[in-house]
Amino acid sequence: MQTRTTGSGTVSPRESCRSSWLAVPALVWMALFFLVPLGLVFAISFASRGTYGGIVWEFTTANYLDLLHPLYGKILGHSLWYATLTTACCFVLGFPLAYVIARSPARWQPALLLLVMLPFWTNFLVRTYAWMILLRHDGLINNALVSLGLVTDRLELLYTPTAVVIGLVYGYLPFMVLPLYVAVERLDPALVEAAWDLYASRWAVFSRVVVPLTMPGIVGGCVLVFIPSIGSFITPDLLGGARSMMIGNLIQHEYLVARDWPLGSAVSFVLMAVVMAAVALHYRQADRSAGPVDER
Amino acid sequence: MTADTAVRSQPSMATFSTPPVIASCSSSSSVPPTIEIQGIVRRHGAVTAVDRVSFEVRRGEFFSILGPSGAGKTSVLRMLAGFEDPDDGDVRIDGRSMLGVPPNRRPVNLVFQSYALFPHLTVKDNVAFGLKMRRVPAGQIDEEVRHALAMVKLVGKESRKPGQLSGGEQQRVALARALVNKPAVVLLDEPLAALDQQLRQAMQVELKSIQEQAGLTCVCVTHHQEEAMMMSDRIAVMHQGRMWQVGTPREVYARPCNLFVSRFLGVSNELPGRLGDRVGEDRLFHPTDSDLPPLLLRTEPTEPPGRLATLSLRPEQLRISRDRPADACPLLSGRIDKTLFAGSETKYLIRIGRESLWEARTSGSETPALTPGEHIFLHWASSDGRLFFE
Repeated sequence: MQTRTTGSGTVSPRESCRSSWLAVPALVWMALFFLVPLGLVFAISFASRGTYGGIVWEFTTANYLDLLHPLYGKILGHSLWYATLTTACCFVLGFPLAYVIARSPARWQPALLLLVMLPFWTNFLVRTYAWMILLRHDGLINNALVSLGLVTDRLELLYTPTAVVIGLVYGYLPFMVLPLYVAVERLDPALVEAAWDLYASRWAVFSRVVVPLTMPGIVGGCVLVFIPSIGSFITPDLLGGARSMMIGNLIQHEYLVARDWPLGSAVSFVLMAVVMAAVALHYRQADRSAGPVDER
Repeated sequence: MTADTAVRSQPSMATFSTPPVIASCSSSSSVPPTIEIQGIVRRHGAVTAVDRVSFEVRRGEFFSILGPSGAGKTSVLRMLAGFEDPDDGDVRIDGRSMLGVPPNRRPVNLVFQSYALFPHLTVKDNVAFGLKMRRVPAGQIDEEVRHALAMVKLVGKESRKPGQLSGGEQQRVALARALVNKPAVVLLDEPLAALDQQLRQAMQVELKSIQEQAGLTCVCVTHHQEEAMMMSDRIAVMHQGRMWQVGTPREVYARPCNLFVSRFLGVSNELPGRLGDRVGEDRLFHPTDSDLPPLLLRTEPTEPPGRLATLSLRPEQLRISRDRPADACPLLSGRIDKTLFAGSETKYLIRIGRESLWEARTSGSETPALTPGEHIFLHWASSDGRLFFE
């Protein structure tokens, strides 16, 4: 039987009441610097653009109606597709990695986790530039492939959707690995052995026991990868070029280039709605496949 | 009762120099054994967890591997289940070598010590898991699961999750999940260790009756000697990776092959000494403790005089009397050190000579208890007791 410690079990109501004051600084911070700006953006999304790029405070829903244009739909579709693909790739790459780390000797685990986190020690922009060097026409990857004789014509890698997904997977893989690691680490190895002993093939062990029991980690990892992926703009900007514009680039463009803050705000809220819908869907899916695990 | 309660002047563990006695089970019947373990060795790094272990288990037999933790018994079980493969030797089930066969292709099912029930599945789905994996038709699965749950008395709990069950109920689900597959062998890893004392005793009886009713072949790993003796047809005693003795509970208890087995299976009252001359059919035994008189024992006549040995007696072989018995022999005098009333019997710790503390028992609660400090006499039949030579 897998035991989970919730940690809150022994705290008396009175004590938890007293300690809830500890959350006040963070709540104040969030209220001031998250909710207030968010409200501002929401207000701006119903305002109009002035002739020279300022904000004219006249209520209008034109910004949202503009977004019905097929071009925006296409960009949103792109973004959804890239983010989904990135999440899927991260899961496929990240699960075995998380599994290996969680099942390695306990004294190695901190070092292995540190290696997963290592890319964060360098600036994301710098790392994305590094990918440009790797992927470009006369870059390292093409040079290696040609000198090994694997390809005769150099591959067009940079400024393609492939490059965007590669960059996104690279950037967000740690966000997938960490929650998965926590979930797998908690999974009682005896349950895996029990399934194996009960005639389950390796795949059946994975799909019938490991996945349902690590579902919280899977959902967490997917959400953590999906959200920044769909809103990302540095990666598609640097690696994708003009053809792979994502919704993040659109927002950046509206704010900084077109100086159409109201439209940019409207796009931001559409993005938020899409993300929230996707996450809600994800959780519902996870709930259905995992079912209530802790009912004690 | 563990051997630890009997304090004695004892040779250290290192003196077990006798090679392990592997009693070959006299399989005179024509039915081939369900399990044949042939000289398996399992090393973990520099440690040899299992060292040249061989035994056979017959169909329908309840076979226990008994030993202290770290004896290598769990390794043997895992090699049977297929989670580990031996470095040397062979594991055969129903005449077929299991080397390299993964757990999901072996006709065995393991009941885990922690039960390892799937927390996300209902009782019914837990029990049905093995059948589903083998693609048994749904209708048949329902029937088999119902039958298995009836056998472990869990009807009505089908739709519960394991987390909603008591420890005893979880144990039953684990058992049902294994036996529903009708495996050639059910492997039990400390099956009752997680239960409290009363439930444990009830489950011992029940597990045994389910095993007999379903005709299961069981290999059970346990460190609990009483449990092993009560449930098993045969017991194998393991220690330090070796299997020292295999036999029926009575054989192993009454005729342990060495001091370790003797101590592990119950209280062993011990007295070190030296063999003396022959006196008729008996031999003289001179205790090392010079305060004690020589004893007349019935023992192997071939051993040369002067050999060092340790005498071992079970508590129930000892008689206690306040007055010196007329012609009882062998006889030792002692002094009551502690009186432990345990309901149906009274245990006495008795100081013998300078170094030995023995345990003896009287049954029934009505006999007037002997009080600490009282001088008493201990005697036993000269054919009782065993000598272990060094």
